Amino acid sequence: MTPEHLITAPILIPLVAGAIMLFYEDRQRRVKFVISLTACVAMFVIALELLIRSKGPSGGSQIGLYLLGDWPTPFGINLVLDRLSALMLVLSSALAIPALAYSYAGWHSRGQHFHSLFMFQLMGVNGAFLTGDLFNLFVFFEIMLAASYGLLLHGSGPERVRAGMQYIVMNLVASLFFLIGVSLIYGVAGTLNMADLAQKMPYLSGEDRPMIHAAMALLGIVFLVKAASWPLGMWLPSTYQSASPPAAAIFAILTKVGVYIILRLGFLAFAPGSGISAGFGAEVVLMGGLASMTFGTLGMLGSQSVGRMAGFSVLISSGTMLAVTGLALMGGGVQMLAGALYYMTVSTLGIAALFLLVELVDRGQGTIAAMLALSADLYGAPEDEPEETQRGITVPATMTVLSLCFAALAVLLAGLPPLGGFLGKVMMLSGMLQGGQGGSVASWIFMALLIVSGLATLIALLRIGVQTFWTSSEESGPNVLAIELAPIVALTGLVVLLTWEARPVMRYMEATASALHRPGVYIDGVLSAARTFDMKETVE
Amino acid sequence: MELVLALAIGALVASGVWLVMRPRSFQVIVGLCLLSYGVNLFIFSMGRLRTAAAPILDRGGEIDPAAYTDPIPQALVLTAIVIGFATTALFLVVLLASRGFSGTDHVDGKERDQ
Repeated sequence: MTPEHLITAPILIPLVAGAIMLFYEDRQRRVKFVISLTACVAMFVIALELLIRSKGPSGGSQIGLYLLGDWPTPFGINLVLDRLSALMLVLSSALAIPALAYSYAGWHSRGQHFHSLFMFQLMGVNGAFLTGDLFNLFVFFEIMLAASYGLLLHGSGPERVRAGMQYIVMNLVASLFFLIGVSLIYGVAGTLNMADLAQKMPYLSGEDRPMIHAAMALLGIVFLVKAASWPLGMWLPSTYQSASPPAAAIFAILTKVGVYIILRLGFLAFAPGSGISAGFGAEVVLMGGLASMTFGTLGMLGSQSVGRMAGFSVLISSGTMLAVTGLALMGGGVQMLAGALYYMTVSTLGIAALFLLVELVDRGQGTIAAMLALSADLYGAPEDEPEETQRGITVPATMTVLSLCFAALAVLLAGLPPLGGFLGKVMMLSGMLQGGQGGSVASWIFMALLIVSGLATLIALLRIGVQTFWTSSEESGPNVLAIELAPIVALTGLVVLLTWEARPVMRYMEATASALHRPGVYIDGVLSAARTFDMKETVE
Repeated sequence: MELVLALAIGALVASGVWLVMRPRSFQVIVGLCLLSYGVNLFIFSMGRLRTAAAPILDRGGEIDPAAYTDPIPQALVLTAIVIGFATTALFLVVLLASRGFSGTDHVDGKERDQ
């Protein structure tokens, strides 16, 4: 058995690329851009390969395991690849390429070390998706957060610094909760390996169980902060709004990291039918999700700018995911979770595209230019301001393309046919009605909120769209470079592709959801794996 | 020893929480430091309190695991200290930048009664 070294690639590639770029002078942005774009494309290809591998030879579900340092599983730290983590890896690298390409138009030159920070951000995100160990999860979480602090402050300016300070305090406190939770788990269960912990869960003694529950609840707080569940997600809209567009686009995956870990840990430790602790915390996750959907809906209707709306649509998207996770943990069924995973994928891509679109739309109205002038005033103008308008190809009929993309995104996020948001929502609702949670009060509330939030999204985005695209102005629209337009078109195209190819994608999601419902596969895959070096030792 | 440690953790966390709630950014950062000290002690105590027991095994010979303390929480504390130190330093920079931009050390970037 050869070790699957490819599993380490999504962590090593951004690490090496980010480190190499630190040696380049910050002015050599073209070189840095080429390096990071190469790294992102490589990550995307590898993520796709890992996705195919995670299906296994028979199309079921196969656990890929990599023992770092080749220590046997409960003692050493490991990387675990399964269907869900492969899906998240593909999603993060699919977001990274357009966000990076967009930054080439100018944003990467508005501060220092944009590309290295971007790479380290991806390293943290990918590491969090791959690790099978709670403390390593903390380490990757911190890498991800530290890089996100830098990316959030990229471009500087008082607004970013103010939002950044609150974001950092929030996350530092959450990290302390994380540490308390992790050490409690170690103190009680004596393991930090997720699979090992899940295996030990049914056999805990009566006095240990409340302690583990408390520890898991503390960890849950951390991940709910990250997933921006109400009331822990108040920081999100203003933070994401003030981030630079490429940074905000990649931040769209950060809330999904929180959702991912809740899904992962929830289904490993508290899966339906896993003994006394089954379904622990499901009500909290469900209520948190419902509350953040409500909050996101109200915020969506109340916001005045597209940037803020995009922030609130992040809340709606992750709130929906959380609510479905809660329902699924209570025994809501595979079908519903599959629909939610599909919805999460398309809505994350759509929200990232919306964040990129915001700046271009605003540019036509001059607000960003004014804001930039203000920040340049305070921060000191960048030393080598290039002639922005003359570099690259400007696109004809910009407004037409922009408005088409905007319309597609609005349709997607509102969940109207024919785009993917509709398919995801229909899958969720039909799965819910057929599944075990069909008639409960919470499921009816969820159904109502899902539809109302879609309606609110539609109203809010239409209002902005009418103001922006249907006004008769003498100007010929904003000056938009091809490199700025291409990522948005690519992301929108990807969403359309996911809708067109919905059948195979949905099949993958269904297998992923059913694999989540059978944590035994994951646990066996991790615990029964042989060390790769055993053979050699016996030879010697 | 348990009581002393518990009291120490309690005092650190209590003062840390109070300081984090304060409106001045300097108080917040001191509060975060105190909180992280408390948490680090807590992680340490999760390996059970032992005196005069080494965490590192001696080379060779018979090993009696009962004579050693659990090394993992100590390794975790070390990692947590390093990461906490780095993020606190980063926060300090942001704090100074915020002070420079807004001219006040209030966490909202403006005084309440202005």
